[in-house]
Amino acid sequence: MINLEIPKKLETLAGQAHMAAEHVLRPISRKYDRAEHTYPVELDTLAELIAQANAAQAGYDTSTPAETSAAKHAADGNVNGRSLASLVGVIEMCWGDTGLMLTMPRQGLGQAAIMAVATPEQLERFGGKWAAMAITEPGAGSDSAAIRTTAVLDGDEYVLNGEKIFVTSGDRADLIVVWATLDRSVGRGAIKSFVVERDNPGLKLDRLEHKLGIRASDTANFVLDNCRVPKENLLGSPEIATSREGFAGVMQTFDNTRPMIAGMAVGVARAALDRARELLAEAGVEISYDRPLAAQSAAVAEFLRLEADWEAGRLLALKAAWMADNRMPNTVAASIAKAKAARVATDVTLSCVALCGTLGYGEDELLEKWARDAKILDIFEGTQQIQQLVIARQLLGKTSSELK
Amino acid sequence: MSAETHLSGPSRQTTAVPGAAFDLTPTDEQRMLVDAVRDFALNRVRPTALAADAGCRTPPELLATAAELGLTTIGVPEALGGVLEHRATVTAALIAEALAEGDMGVALACLAPAGVATVLGLWGDADQQAAHMPAFVGDAPPAAAIAIAEPRVLFDPFALQTRATRTPAGDFQLDGVKALVPRAAGAELLVVAAELDGTPALFLVEGGTDGVTAESQPAMGIRAAATGRVSFENVVLPASALLADSDPQVYRELVALGRIGWCALAVGTGQAVLDYVSAYVNERVAFGEPIATRQSVAFMVANIAIELDGLRLVTHRAAGLAETGRDFVREAALARVLAARHAMQIGSDGVQLLGGHGYTKEHPVERWFRDLRAAGMLEGALAL
Repeated sequence: MINLEIPKKLETLAGQAHMAAEHVLRPISRKYDRAEHTYPVELDTLAELIAQANAAQAGYDTSTPAETSAAKHAADGNVNGRSLASLVGVIEMCWGDTGLMLTMPRQGLGQAAIMAVATPEQLERFGGKWAAMAITEPGAGSDSAAIRTTAVLDGDEYVLNGEKIFVTSGDRADLIVVWATLDRSVGRGAIKSFVVERDNPGLKLDRLEHKLGIRASDTANFVLDNCRVPKENLLGSPEIATSREGFAGVMQTFDNTRPMIAGMAVGVARAALDRARELLAEAGVEISYDRPLAAQSAAVAEFLRLEADWEAGRLLALKAAWMADNRMPNTVAASIAKAKAARVATDVTLSCVALCGTLGYGEDELLEKWARDAKILDIFEGTQQIQQLVIARQLLGKTSSELK
Repeated sequence: MSAETHLSGPSRQTTAVPGAAFDLTPTDEQRMLVDAVRDFALNRVRPTALAADAGCRTPPELLATAAELGLTTIGVPEALGGVLEHRATVTAALIAEALAEGDMGVALACLAPAGVATVLGLWGDADQQAAHMPAFVGDAPPAAAIAIAEPRVLFDPFALQTRATRTPAGDFQLDGVKALVPRAAGAELLVVAAELDGTPALFLVEGGTDGVTAESQPAMGIRAAATGRVSFENVVLPASALLADSDPQVYRELVALGRIGWCALAVGTGQAVLDYVSAYVNERVAFGEPIATRQSVAFMVANIAIELDGLRLVTHRAAGLAETGRDFVREAALARVLAARHAMQIGSDGVQLLGGHGYTKEHPVERWFRDLRAAGMLEGALAL
């Protein structure tokens, strides 16, 4: 039965996340925007609370997706499971602060990659740890198949060499999931991911980026210099795939992470909408959902335009996560959600700055910060343009060599 | 039947039971119904749409088939001959979408009477239901529509210029003009919005009532709906013509149900655009290869898919809230805002992707361009 409302159980979860966002993240939001590269120690307590809450909450916990979905299967087969639960949590946390959310201990995107393909033995060793993702290189951004970092098997170890940039939480995480190629001449099929312990002596921190926004979240650049990892740290199959399948497996991580980025966009955009609505109300502006836009003020018309796009982005994110929970192929839905929610977040936050004038642009409010924070969401985990490529190739039946 | 109905009060569909979880899966019944309607839309409506558009007329056989499919009875309570125990706004939205894949004007002509039946089901009293509902469950439902829009700029359905005044005899006198009313010339029953005692109210007006005149008012699009201007001059209506005691909340909901209807129509026609251009850009060769291999073309198609899916979900959410008896005015308003911008853009991009060919009547995209401008702009006419 078609129902686009969030179930009560998830609403409770969202309510708890909202409380944490309001009382823990918001008060330190500006502090760590200014103190870039300083570790937000306040998050340790929150991370501990979340871990406890997760452990106590059967069904929406850190168990594997298979376990979760088995537990949540309703009589009609419809599942509201781990993906939806994560999404509603992410939305609320990013309503609080996107940068702080991104640097929450043990919440890194690398964990999603590990969970997706880890063996039981790997889950034992890596599960629950703070894991970052290292994909991008100076010469390989959106074209992640072009990565140059190499992995060579030497006895029982792989030796990694190369350079990785834009590693979110790279300096703070326990583990870095590094994408490297077993054979540069093969292309996509030879790209594998390797778990590297942060204290591996071959993993050298080059520098931390100074950024437009999400400044609470550290973005590290690394050099891998004869970095040796046990061969058991390779995630997935060690075989070089002759077909495109191998790389497709790596790319499947995005089916789970892109709806979450869409959720981040939904969260930060709602923060801006909420605050702009308050400030407009204080200025005596009334918003009517009955009267047509043309019969209301320009400010109201603009606000409703933003709110409508936001609602579309929100429901698209829920759809993509719901499909993941129900084991439906969601690559296109995930890209649609991210493309819409992220571009809307940029538009909403920048437009709310404008609606609020000098109040919005000044540092007294957080509106200008949210606009800076939101911009990254239309870039990382696949830019707006990459999402459009994914969607268009699927809709038009084109391969990546036909539609470049 | 009249006396029996009167004794027991009006018949109502119950509100649907809210789903326990987030779910985008239609029920088996919805799937079957939508398949039947889509089959009708693509195989019967689409081939006649060009002629219907040019002639400003929906062929009677299409209206008859729509009635056979039961499209006018979605909002009719079981006791009055309907088939659904619960409100089914989502089902109505899915039907409107499927029908509008064939043609938006024909869809509007078929569904406008359904809107009046829904109004009677939701808010008609026992006498009003007894007098008018039987016709809607018969083989040939009457030409009927909801008349809200008025012919002026910056029209606001909450600031009506059509006026109803109380006469000393206890009747109402109705004066004003309604614009772009579907099937206006042959209308047998209209639900007319007019200001009464300072607030908008709804009246049942039968065709042929003294002082009611209709004239053809063709528009840019939705021409198969045979839109017309209806004038009310010193029209005397009995006290029994007033719906729902001029309850302002009823009027708000009716306006919002109309907006959901337009959005659902836009989703269907938008889907038609997406399917049509996806095939076209793969076939059309320029510079030695299909134009689908160019990002500027492919991204335009991707953007149609993105905005269409967003509009569809917000529309379904509004419909889901409505059928379960929860407040849905905000969601209907947001869907309307999306339709006004994105459905219009989809119509424009549909023509753009076909270039000069899209500008001619050789392809349906020019018609969809015209039809999609109506969505998010017009008020009333139908309600889900």
